[in-house]
Amino acid sequence: MIIRRTMKAALLGASLSALLVSAASAKTLVYCSEGSPEGFDSALYTAGTTFDASSKPVFNRLVEFVRGSTEVRPGLAESWTVSDDGLEYTFNLRKGVKFHSSASFTPTRDFNADDVIFSFARQLDKNHPWHSYTAGASWEYFNGMSMPDLVKEIVKVDDYTVKFVLTRPEAPMIANLAMDFASIQSKEYADKLAADGKMELMNQEPIGTGPFQFVGYQKDAVIRYQAFADHWAGKQPIDNLIFAITTDASVRLQKLKAGECHVAPFPAPADIADIKADANLTLMEQEGLNVGYMAYNTKMAPFDNPKVRKALNKAINKQAILDAVFQGAGQAAKNPIPPTMWSYNDAVEDDAFDLEAAKAMLEEAGVKDLKMKIWAMPVQRPYNPNARRMAEVIQADFAKIGVDVEIVSYEWGEYLKRSKETDRDGAVLLGWTGDNGDPDNFLAVLLGCDGVGGSNRAQWCHQPFEDLIQKAKVTSDKAERTKLYEEAQVVFKEQAPWATIAHSVVFMPMSSKVSGYVMDPLGGHWFDGVDIAE
Amino acid sequence: MFRFLFSRIGLLIPTFLGVTIISFGFIRLLPGDPVLLLAGERGISDERYAELMDQFGFSRPIWEQYFDYLVGLLNGDLGTSIVTKKPVLTEFMTLFPATVELALCAIVIAVALGIPAGIIAAVRRGSFTDQTIMGTALVGYSMPIFWWGLLLIILFSGILQWTPVSGRISLLYFFPQTTGFMLIDSLLSGQPGAFKSAVSHLILPSIVLATIPLAVIARQTRSAMLEVLGEDYVRTARAKGLSSSRVIGLHALRNALIPVITTIGLQVGVLLAGAILTETIFSWPGIGKWMVDSIARRDYPVVQGGLLMIAAIVMIVNLIVDVLYGLVNPRIRHT
Repeated sequence: MIIRRTMKAALLGASLSALLVSAASAKTLVYCSEGSPEGFDSALYTAGTTFDASSKPVFNRLVEFVRGSTEVRPGLAESWTVSDDGLEYTFNLRKGVKFHSSASFTPTRDFNADDVIFSFARQLDKNHPWHSYTAGASWEYFNGMSMPDLVKEIVKVDDYTVKFVLTRPEAPMIANLAMDFASIQSKEYADKLAADGKMELMNQEPIGTGPFQFVGYQKDAVIRYQAFADHWAGKQPIDNLIFAITTDASVRLQKLKAGECHVAPFPAPADIADIKADANLTLMEQEGLNVGYMAYNTKMAPFDNPKVRKALNKAINKQAILDAVFQGAGQAAKNPIPPTMWSYNDAVEDDAFDLEAAKAMLEEAGVKDLKMKIWAMPVQRPYNPNARRMAEVIQADFAKIGVDVEIVSYEWGEYLKRSKETDRDGAVLLGWTGDNGDPDNFLAVLLGCDGVGGSNRAQWCHQPFEDLIQKAKVTSDKAERTKLYEEAQVVFKEQAPWATIAHSVVFMPMSSKVSGYVMDPLGGHWFDGVDIAE
Repeated sequence: MFRFLFSRIGLLIPTFLGVTIISFGFIRLLPGDPVLLLAGERGISDERYAELMDQFGFSRPIWEQYFDYLVGLLNGDLGTSIVTKKPVLTEFMTLFPATVELALCAIVIAVALGIPAGIIAAVRRGSFTDQTIMGTALVGYSMPIFWWGLLLIILFSGILQWTPVSGRISLLYFFPQTTGFMLIDSLLSGQPGAFKSAVSHLILPSIVLATIPLAVIARQTRSAMLEVLGEDYVRTARAKGLSSSRVIGLHALRNALIPVITTIGLQVGVLLAGAILTETIFSWPGIGKWMVDSIARRDYPVVQGGLLMIAAIVMIVNLIVDVLYGLVNPRIRHT
């Protein structure tokens, strides 16, 4: 036993030394990631930190987001067609795509339809041998995007053609397939792990077709990858990619300055000026694909009256919130979707901050001595870095128009649960970060009638709005969908179920030696196409 | 001696059972549950919520869950992490050497500097040196670890560039983790410069973690020494014409060390608590950081398993200290 362990260690040492020797002349990019991945089988998880370390470097999907955009381009599928009734999506798969290899696995065949079927069937079919392959396996993103209800079956037409049959037409289907949970696994690798009785390794030693192949993970410390020489889209400009896990934002910045890492995400807002002033660093910035809002409970009086909601919206000084809460790293929101998203209606006019007009509107609506609660989230999110502070600013604004606000808060899990209740007392501060870049992912999830009592915190079900978004959901023509969503935003603004507060601006500091990095509007961190000057 | 040992071990059993109840109950007393946190803003349907609670076993009566937990413990099974899906014991054993390495270095620094500082302060009681040592100890004791760590990083790693910012070893070095102790593994790897790199990474976090125990040990040594220096036998030793260093080193220090040993033993708990913050600042992959993350995610099996392991270690170290104490001072064994 001991001899075997020693030999294994020696072999590993020898192969690692070889890697190190080559590393001396190789280009290595170090990314100071903000946390540890939960695992490497991305379909099991929902956290961006996990996706950055698993699905993005190691895997590919049938379709991929264009770098820096929410548009979708071919990935492992070269092309696809949609049937006229919108119920069948047929994908033509790319040929000659190689899977990675590792010390324990060498692929004997290229990627084909079996891998696609396997990757989805394990999530869809409760009786699939891989459905519960690890303790507590749950496919939350797959479930969260309603895929079990949506996908009727997945058919292998031939080795390089796969057909998804849906239960109803769903325009965002293609965008869904570009998401992390739709990463394509190797069925051959899965079969080998099952035969060896080591199924749990699927989540620990990933094998994909992506631009980087996994080399090793030292828990909570370092993840190592190597550029995959046989990647179907060509080899990467860098040779090695290292994630140095560094949870504290100040320490990440110090490491960046000391040259211990080249890219460090999520800087502390207070450090932005310092980073901008440093000639050795570059600071990229982009509006996040998110929205922070305050949802009234439109089922409870007097908030069931759009006039009252509109009046309160006019009393919120968004600039003060941007200064106090976002410290400049945000922009005022007027629509429920962010400006970087297609179909954003820029013609919509925001409610101007006007205390006198707000007061007059409240009087007109017959509301006097209004007392209300504002719920402040107990956690930080990009769309709301400090909910308590935000609630205090709104409280001060509302006091000026005679509205007495009590601020309440609960533990995060409780907050999410209680805020869903239809008889909830008070307006809730919350927000959303886009999953797939489709407007449906904001408008239907957060404001659709199906979401009442769930993710629709305003408990708002307004038929004219609902008709528009439902029609857009089953329309495959993008221009037509854009029109419908633009119209829906106008209805939203008139009805004011929310006070739209802000979209955050995401900053990305990096060494000036780094080139080719593109910020992802969906918040992911991608290193394909990135280079570093020696 | 054996009776003393048995009585001490006998006491450990009910304490250990108490710890299982506290570690099991503590995380469940916190509002919120792992399934709600797993779903986040995205939300979860009531049916799916119930399904997941069933799957994780959280919908069963609490006493049944506790009983299963105890049965698992007796079989050496601490459960499986809800988040990483890995056995808790495996994760603990992977991360624990990093914490031990850091804590050992910290305690060595604390003892090596704390005891001499305490002796000097006691011998020069009331002098400027005494005041300086005790003043510094008080500052060290009251220093918030998080702030102190960042300050050292900015000064030594940022401005002076003497030490690396964080981590256990330079990313250039990559070798198998044979023992989990970076100092040993770096030596075993045979890679030139690896050991030096591991040492340089250990300096700042050890200093930060050693700060509070160092202050406590220095203060305890000083007060114990002062007490002993006033004893008759010390006066007799001086009267016999023994040199000052012999009196202090041979006669006074040996007796003064008894309460100091107890203090050092008690610092194990302080070190493990301090490791939580130190590891977070220095991106040190140990159990402190692991526990903090798991509490935030309500990863019940990890929190209860981790707490239990930490408590068991503190109890065992205290048992060893008790035994050592009994060996040094025979009067203790008989009481």
